[in-house]
Amino acid sequence: MAVLLDPLRGGDASASELERKGGEESSAIGESRRDIQSPPQGGRPAVTDTLAKAIPAAFAFTLLLAAWEFYARYGGIAPTMLPAPSRVLLQAWENRAALAENTLPTIRATSAGFACSLVAAFILSVLVDFLAPLRRALFPLLIVSQTLPLVAIAPLIVLWFGFGLMPKILLVALVTFFPMMVALVEGFAATSKEISQMLAAMGAGRWRIFWLARLPSALPYFFAGLRISITYAVVGAIFAEYAGAAKGLGIYMLNAKNNFRPDLVLAAVAVSAALTLALFGLAVLVQRLAMPWENAGSESNDRKSGPAGRAGHDAA
Amino acid sequence: MTRLELRDISKSFGALEVLAGISLHVAAGEFVSILGPSGAGKSTLFQLLTGALKGEGDMRFDGAPLQGSPFAFMPQRDALMPWRRVIDNVTLGLEVQGVSRRAAREQVAPLFAEFGLAGFEHAWPAELSGGMRQRAALLRTVVQQRDMLLLDEPFGALDALTRAGMQRWLEGMWRRHRWTALLITHDVREAVYLSDRIYLLSARPARIISEIAVPLPRPRTTGSDTARQAAVLEAEILDTLLNPSTDRTSFPQTVQRSFS
Repeated sequence: MAVLLDPLRGGDASASELERKGGEESSAIGESRRDIQSPPQGGRPAVTDTLAKAIPAAFAFTLLLAAWEFYARYGGIAPTMLPAPSRVLLQAWENRAALAENTLPTIRATSAGFACSLVAAFILSVLVDFLAPLRRALFPLLIVSQTLPLVAIAPLIVLWFGFGLMPKILLVALVTFFPMMVALVEGFAATSKEISQMLAAMGAGRWRIFWLARLPSALPYFFAGLRISITYAVVGAIFAEYAGAAKGLGIYMLNAKNNFRPDLVLAAVAVSAALTLALFGLAVLVQRLAMPWENAGSESNDRKSGPAGRAGHDAA
Repeated sequence: MTRLELRDISKSFGALEVLAGISLHVAAGEFVSILGPSGAGKSTLFQLLTGALKGEGDMRFDGAPLQGSPFAFMPQRDALMPWRRVIDNVTLGLEVQGVSRRAAREQVAPLFAEFGLAGFEHAWPAELSGGMRQRAALLRTVVQQRDMLLLDEPFGALDALTRAGMQRWLEGMWRRHRWTALLITHDVREAVYLSDRIYLLSARPARIISEIAVPLPRPRTTGSDTARQAAVLEAEILDTLLNPSTDRTSFPQTVQRSFS
């Protein structure tokens, strides 16, 4: 994932170590300092710059595939054990109709589950922000929910809710809800105290302050959480299908495995990986559009880190 | 005419006594500073004024008990919202007052030149230099058209050179507009440079140990004579703050000091 994170700029206020690394790397790689005294024109690093940053990743990926291909072809391994990438690709193409037919339900389950999870995370995080005791009531529950092993839970949820869309939505929500919820709650709390105080002095009420300050302050955190949880979404849907479904990439993988077709399993894996990458890219794109100020100026990074570096100021 | 009058303001957080009987006043069109060590409770005083905290004592504005907020408050640092363009940061106070965004923009746009921000209306705050951010923050404060400005260490986060530049600029702006202003600072030079009067605060629990008039002629940018007088005054203030003699602290009442 780190390979992917590098070219797609990570946020500065990210919730995980992984994300943080991505953010630092990309901001270290020359954000052109603009002349501060002349009005800004709003430029962006050239496309070639982005492409240049992707070269090492592409090289590593190609090398890995080449080594695999070489080993599978000349290592005396049976294709039913380890198929070569070329074979996977070929079989994927030959079975494209079946793959597509099984990909659509997975996309449907992923997007429905993720949408539900997103809405629930937003509503609950707002409630928690307004009602502090709710946080103490909910968070232990949520943390416990993250300790449940999917392998055990998925068949049970299918048992309770059948083979329809419902168990998939639930499982996707189970794995994606937590990072977004935590990110939102922490994002609200990360609102600069000075901005809140100033708004209060201007005569703004609690809702007004939430709308004008807390919500926008949470955006970088929210997108950090979104980027993490969206990578779990497809996997969650596939797990649910694996446990029981009429159609879907999960059940397709299971059948292919039972028919001793690792090439088709890997083809389905490739499709699911592509889905995740596409969703991740979409999240980054939405973040860029939603936070146009993110890439503005060179001091934005230290500004966002909040009231640090001002310790020991007028206590009380 | 006295605008703001505080009588015997006290504030404790539990057992921690922060303010111990602060009395001060600010006349209309006067620039008054509160100068004291870090952690003395200067910001607590502002929070009492803006209503963020409740304390004991009598607060009067234009003779009547303080109600609502006649103040426009400029917090430490600039508190510009990174997600709003500069012009939308500046109109924030007007928007909170219920002015439509469009009307508010029209109202503030002509002021950008005077504040040295022409051409930056639609920039993001992150694209501004430190001094420009402070000017934007001050513009956001004054366009609220409240009766009095509260400035909480507005230049504390700036480098020395930028800070000196901003102090000169603010003095010039003040001479033109004659805002009634109360400034919190721990920068002696800043207080002497900008103020008509200075209240010196003791360390916590804060009481006023001295009230100092600054009779230096304005503008204060010119003349070695002014600079010499200012230097004498600064030295005296530093002496008072760093070596508070016992007799002075035992008299919490203000000690009127004249300088000529």
